[in-house]
Amino acid sequence: MTDSADKIVRVAGGQGFWGDWLDAPRRQVEGGPVDYLMLDYLAEVTMSILQKQKERDPQMGYARDFIGAMESVLPAVTERGVKVIANAGGVNPAACAQAVLEVARTHGAAGKLKVGVVTGDDLLPRLDALIEEGHSLSHMETGEPLSTVRDRVLSANAYIGSTPIVEALSRGANVVVTGRSTDTALTMAPLRHEFGWGAEDWDKLAAGIIAGHIIECGAQCSGGNCLYDWRNIPDLANIGYPIVEARADGTFTIAKHPNTGGRINVPSVTEQCVYEMGDPNTYITPDVVADFTTIRLADDGPDRVKVFGIKGRPATDKLKVSIAYRAGYKAVGTLVYSWPDALEKAQLADRVLRERLDNMGLRFDSLLTEFVGVSSTHGPLTVSTGEAPEVQFRIGVRSGNRKDVERFTRELAPLVLNGPPSVTGFAGGRPKVEEIVAYWPALVDKTVVKTAVEVLS
Amino acid sequence: MKVQLVDIAHARSGDKGDTANVGVIALKPEWYPFISAQLTLDRVRAHFTGVITGDVERFELPNLHALNFLLHGALDGGGTLSLKTDAQGKVFSTAMLRMMLDVPDDEASKLGLPAART
Repeated sequence: MTDSADKIVRVAGGQGFWGDWLDAPRRQVEGGPVDYLMLDYLAEVTMSILQKQKERDPQMGYARDFIGAMESVLPAVTERGVKVIANAGGVNPAACAQAVLEVARTHGAAGKLKVGVVTGDDLLPRLDALIEEGHSLSHMETGEPLSTVRDRVLSANAYIGSTPIVEALSRGANVVVTGRSTDTALTMAPLRHEFGWGAEDWDKLAAGIIAGHIIECGAQCSGGNCLYDWRNIPDLANIGYPIVEARADGTFTIAKHPNTGGRINVPSVTEQCVYEMGDPNTYITPDVVADFTTIRLADDGPDRVKVFGIKGRPATDKLKVSIAYRAGYKAVGTLVYSWPDALEKAQLADRVLRERLDNMGLRFDSLLTEFVGVSSTHGPLTVSTGEAPEVQFRIGVRSGNRKDVERFTRELAPLVLNGPPSVTGFAGGRPKVEEIVAYWPALVDKTVVKTAVEVLS
Repeated sequence: MKVQLVDIAHARSGDKGDTANVGVIALKPEWYPFISAQLTLDRVRAHFTGVITGDVERFELPNLHALNFLLHGALDGGGTLSLKTDAQGKVFSTAMLRMMLDVPDDEASKLGLPAART
């Protein structure tokens, strides 16, 4: 057992969302030793964006950035045995896997990649049957049954856990592509695989989940977006993304490669621990319920934080489902007003515009004005510290009726000539009408979801 | 004397649908009990009056010297529905840190709390 107790498994976080730093995955595999590269591409809104892309082209619907990332880390994977785990598959994991294999062929590395594809999260083809069988898929916040928006649903994916990823790894995959697996499973799965943690090893599984939570947003735990002592965080231009150095007993250390910027300390890791947190006693995942109130953190040398003490409880019998549905249209436009009396001018523009919209009888579900530079982020909590030298007037509308939103977009530019003075910043043209694909979170019985693993080479 | 939360705590916020979460972390571990006592549910509800449309939930993480608040109805529907600049609730953290606390002078000096800057 001595061997196993000393064993360290290094999981590097290389993307915190789709659109994160293109350079990060390559830096993570070249900057020092890592065993796994974990890439998280899916935020709540991402599945709906991918769904729109798949509608336009059935070969799309996955995070294209991942293909470039694979290209940049291919030598590390094929020559040094680094394994890659990513939920880049989005709503089309099979097409994503084919694109990865194509990258290998282009670079003469065909045969050196075994790509595990995890499917089964897609519930769309079964949606009517599920509703008929009594699964209401009610909205987790509002309690509304899904049937109220059923005809507008574009995608429905269960958040799946670590088990199919572990299976893909044990079948020899060196790249694993999933659809809507949980962000945290991407980190926990390789630890389960390497240390042989059992499916009821609750404390260890919870530790793996919390390790995943800490690194799933990339550099947000290693000095990025860190409020604590932000002025003195060194070399953000070369920020180091986080690495979990995990041990078989479920303890782990958050670290980064030497000669990188950013900072890892107890405050930076604590900020990430509380990010997007609900009830900290009950962090529900498909694999385990983790208790964030048991996390212990300790500085463990420069840019290293040890994490220990984590407790978990048995998983629930439900899975969360991410459903995307068409929810009308929106448009947001801006104009900029200058000194003197910039705010007063922007406020007058707002009154004039609203009166015109009203006169035309347009109806909106939401009509929101913000004065950027004055109160757009903190609203009524803002304390004025003197006259603003310039103010951006920002107004948005939302409606089920596309025509009303389109008419709104024609009303902003005229204000430049027929509204209050000292106005500029209209060069971007009129606001674009955007169709809203909204997020509908629901729960479904675990027994309903059957995942499948395929290993392609 | 007046103490502003921004000088004794740091924070991070994020979203889940139309709910923003704000994690508030004591800048010094010894300030956590004071912060926890001050940031009651009622105090935070009052602070965000007119900013959010729903209720507030409060959780304690003494292990991290942190509190977590859920602010419901904070994001104009949240996600892609929202028309707000801060549709993902990223800066509710600093909105929380605007909170001004009245502290008896002897308690403030015993804990070494800095006086509000403004």
